[in-house]
This record gives sequence, C-alpha cells and structure tokens, in this order.
Amino acid sequence: MSSSLRRYLVTRALMTIPMVIILVTLIFFIMRVLPGDPIRSQLGPRVSEEQAEDLRDRLGLNRPLIVQYFDFLGDMVTFNFGTALTQGERPIRDELGERLPATIELTIPAITLTAVIGIFSGAYAAKNRKKTIDYIIRLLSIVMSSIPIFFMGLLFQIGFSVKIPIFPLSGRMDTLLLTTFDSPTNFYVLDGLITGNWPALWSAIKHLILPSITLGLALSGVFVRLTRVNMIEMLQSDFITAGRARGIGEKRLVYKHALRNTFIPILTLLGLQFAILLAGAVLTETTFSLPGVGRYLVERIQLRDYTAVQATIGVFAMFVAVISLLMDVLYAFIDPRIRY
Amino acid sequence: MNENNILMQVRDLSVTYQTRLGLVSAVDHVSFDIKKGEILGLVGESGCGKSTMGKALMRMIQPPGRIVDGKLIFEDEDIMTYDQKQMQDFRGHKVSMIFQDPMTSLNPVQRMDEHIIEAIQVHEPETSTQEALERASKLVERLGIQKRRMNSYPHQLSGGMRQRVMIALGLVLKANLIIADEATTSLDVIVEAKLADQFRDIREEFGVTLLVITHNIALVAELCDRVVVMYAGHVVEIGEVYSIFDDPLHPYTQGLLHSIPNIQLNDNEELYKMQGEPPNLTHPPSGCRFHPRCPKAMDICAKYEPELQEVTPGREVKCWLYADHSEKSTPTLEVRP
Repeated sequence: MSSSLRRYLVTRALMTIPMVIILVTLIFFIMRVLPGDPIRSQLGPRVSEEQAEDLRDRLGLNRPLIVQYFDFLGDMVTFNFGTALTQGERPIRDELGERLPATIELTIPAITLTAVIGIFSGAYAAKNRKKTIDYIIRLLSIVMSSIPIFFMGLLFQIGFSVKIPIFPLSGRMDTLLLTTFDSPTNFYVLDGLITGNWPALWSAIKHLILPSITLGLALSGVFVRLTRVNMIEMLQSDFITAGRARGIGEKRLVYKHALRNTFIPILTLLGLQFAILLAGAVLTETTFSLPGVGRYLVERIQLRDYTAVQATIGVFAMFVAVISLLMDVLYAFIDPRIRY
Repeated sequence: MNENNILMQVRDLSVTYQTRLGLVSAVDHVSFDIKKGEILGLVGESGCGKSTMGKALMRMIQPPGRIVDGKLIFEDEDIMTYDQKQMQDFRGHKVSMIFQDPMTSLNPVQRMDEHIIEAIQVHEPETSTQEALERASKLVERLGIQKRRMNSYPHQLSGGMRQRVMIALGLVLKANLIIADEATTSLDVIVEAKLADQFRDIREEFGVTLLVITHNIALVAELCDRVVVMYAGHVVEIGEVYSIFDDPLHPYTQGLLHSIPNIQLNDNEELYKMQGEPPNLTHPPSGCRFHPRCPKAMDICAKYEPELQEVTPGREVKCWLYADHSEKSTPTLEVRP
C-alpha cells in the first residue's frame, strides 16, 4: 500500500466522523419532535402527573435538552450507548448484543446471494444480449425489484412452509432445541458450530434460508441491471476486441477481462445497497419474526424509546460508514489506477 | 509472381451490416492478395470499409455485421470453414492485430507481463509462466521497452510504449500476418515515424507480413510496398506503391493524391477538394460507386459496374476508362507498363 493511498484512507475515515455525528444529531432531535413520549407509552394514559414526573426525573428526561444531547454524544463515542428508557431499562449495549447477531446472520447470506445472482446473471445477460435469455433475466430483475419484500416473504412462507413444509415459518430456531441451546455469541450458526450442536446448527440454517433468499432476491434486481449495462459497455470496448483478436476465448473475455473492469460500479452499488439492506432487514425480520435489530428498532420507535432508537440508528450509521470505507479499500485492490 | 508467394487470398469478400435503414454493404465483393513478407497498405477515406475489411480478415465482424460471402484463403486453407475453436487458435497465432487507440486497447487492470503471458498461454497451454515471462521480456526489450516496465499497468505507460506492447503482443506468438488498423493515427508525428521504422524493422527481423490500414497517404508512401485503394466498399485500384503515386489510374486515386497539402502550394492555388460526399452505403450508387463524384464519368459508369482487372502486371484497376464495353463511346485508355 502506497503512502498516498494510506493518506487517502485516513482522510476518508476521518470524514465519516462528521457524517455519523450529523446523522445521530438529526435522529436525536427528530425523536424529540415526534408526538408521544416514552413515559406515556410505558405508564399508559391513566397515570397521575406525579408518577409521570417521577419517572421522567429518574430517566433524566427533565434535564435541559442540550445536556441530554451531549450526554448522548458521550455515550456514542464511548460505545456505551446508555440504557433503554422502556422495557426493563436494560443497557442498550446488551440489547443490541442480543439482536445484532440475528441481523448479521440474515444480511451476510442475503448480500452474498444478491451479489452472486446480480453479477452472474447480469454478466450472462450481457453476453447473450438481445437473446431470449437476456429478456427473461431482465424481466425477472424488474419483477424482483418491484415486489415488496414482505409480500415476497409471504409468498415464500405460503409456498415452502405451508404448502410444501420444507422450511420453518418463522423465528431463529426450533423452540424445543432453543431450551437446551447454549449460545455464547448469539450468532446461532456460529454457536452451533462451536458447541458441536449439529441439530441446532441445522435448525438455525434452515430458519435462515427463506428470509435470506427473500432479502437477497429483493435486492438483486438492481444489481442484475447495473451489471448488465456495464458489461455491455465493457464488452464493446477496444481492449475486449483486442483480446478477441489475440484468440482469447469468449468466456475468458466476459468473465475475466470485462467482469473485473465492471467491479468498480458494482462495488459502489454494493456499498450503497448496504444501507438499503438494513432497511430491508427491518421488513424481512418482521415478516419472518426474527428477533433482529430491525424489529427492535420498529418496536422502540413505537415506544418512543429515545435512547434505544438513537443508539440503534447510530450503530447502523457506523456500519454503513465502515462498509463504504471497506469498499474504497477494495477499489484500490481491484483498479490499479486508483492505487497511485 | 508465383502462387507460393501469396500468404492470404481474399476472394469475393462481402460484409453487410443490418441497420434500421436497411442493409449496408460495407465491403462488396472484394478480392486481393497479401504476399509473403510485404507491407501492404490499405487506404481510403473514413467509412470506406477499410477497418471492416481488417476485422473481416480475422472473422471478427460483430453483429449486426456479417460476412455474407467470400473466401479467405490463408496458407491454402479457407478460414471461412473454420469452427469457433479453430478460429480462436487462428487469431493471434497466425494473424494478429494492432488497433487504432493504444490507450484503450489494453485491459486497464492487467499488467503488461500478464497481457503477454496470457496471450502465450492461451495458445500454448503447456508453456510455463516462467518460460512465457522470459520470452515476453526478451521480445519487449528488443522493441525498446525496459524490462522493468513489464510489471506496469497500461495507465503508467505512454501512448508509444503501449503501442509497442501491442506490437509485442502481435509478435509473441510468431504470427505470420500483422494487421495494423490505424495503428499510428492517435500518435504524434515523431512517435509515428519511430513506429513506422519499427514496422520495417520487425518485418526484416521476424519476417512477418504487415497489412497497414490507414487514411494517411504519407505513411503509405513511406512504409508500404504495395497499396490497395478502397472506395465505398470496393477495391478500386491495386499496385506497387511507386506506380500508384507516380501514375494513379483510377480517378478516385488521382483525387485522393491531389488532396494532400503540398508545401509548394502557392497562395493563389487552392487545395484540391474532391466533389461531393462519400455515398450512403444503404443505397449505393448504381454502376461504379464513384461515378457521382467522378470528374471523368461517362454514361456507362452509371449503368454497369466495372470489373477489377489487371491492366499491366501487378496493376489492377476497377474503372471503365481502362475497360472495353460494347455500349462505351469513348476509346479505352492504354496503360503503359
């Protein structure tokens, strides 16, 4: 790695700090502006003003807004995140620690599937441009990107858990197995592997299949189209013609020469899609009742749990920032023109 | 001129492009020979089909284009009968091509050595990477590129250097014929002159045959042994470079040579400009395709297409001025050998 690249990456990393700060600030104030408050959602409408005031004092909501804001910023910087305002007032760190693994277990196979489906069918369509298979792939990609995620999820549930019961309908693991399941990391697949608990591992994987296919397919439409368009352009470029003139086979030209050159726009989209992936995870987790951060966020927004929502959004923002940073490093590895 | 001297015979080659406006006949029943060891120039204005011709010789016309007719006989084999596998082996191994723009003709994410090694191993899978690398660096050094530049990426090299890498890629498999399609056009005159020298050197040293496709008449005069002049998809004249320049027969060739700016041109004299525009090839003119622009056009020129015929040994021209026909009123011109 050259020194200029290192400098670029350091600058790039530093720039994500103001980005995250702006985002969490926005969320902080938006939450306060929203009608309703965590006290009412906890105690209900018929509680006395005195009781409400007590709780408000205890949760620190009576302090000046600016104090609360800096308190929150401090919590974010130290990765401490404070405690939730509702549902038992547990440390948010613990709550996210339980929920985040479920989301990560869902999103990793989903984004992998998205990339694999998107890149390969996009490249294949480009190679067979204007043939029947190209039209079929394009049509499917439009269908995939326009079906709402929860609807696709429901279709899969009806098809593969109700009509043909191969996969479980919802949750992360069979309830029976869960009672004896020892989960040190909360990544069920990983835990199943570590503890050598094969039935549990198999159950965890089975529970992940439908949700990750749903999420993966829903996001792949855009990838197919982007890859196809870029590949078509790339396949008409001079160096492909020159390669063909050297007797290099079509397969090698398409999947080695052209594809590697289209990775830049693909990676850019992959980085951008990561944010959409988290949004998609909210819907997928709700459809398949997966106890992930997406569902956690929805619950806590409904409860107006300021600290929990702020912290979760903050964590999302950091994730997206780290991913886009990683993408930049990857660019440099793929394209030598960026390295210098 | 015995038959053994001939490397490639192009016979009745026709290429058409399917467009929204109809079929475009970019190359129409073209025949000529490429002799072993010569530098053959293929000239003509933009859009006359010379680049299409270059690609057609390697059967690299992409849809919507198609070779509709003709034979391409290379070393006694008609490559039009080759299947895809044979064609892939033919390209690069027997005939290689150097392209117009060296800036875009190399894969931007592949190093120079990777390019050359790949070219070798695609055709000779048994060659080890180490061996291929040695061969590559020997050749590259011979072409005046330092060995250490071998692990550079294309964007780190100058245009002239990249073009030399392209030449190396063309030579590394010992191809018999190298087609240079406007290979010097995007380079400045000094680099162009160096490259022209290099073409001549590699012909001497490697014994390759070169087909130089260009619109640059000066380059043809300097570099080539023989010239094929194309107009609107037809070959209109073929001959030794000196005879073509001294005594152009076809009115199109005459016009083309007249259009070259001359340093002795005095201020009152205007540069010759050929009348009219190149024809639309969806509906080419009847008869001789040049007749609407031809200063010497006769009645017959619009009616019948002349044949490309040998007027003196080694000299062919496709023009009614030099051919007989019963409906022709003017006398046929004699050509002195």
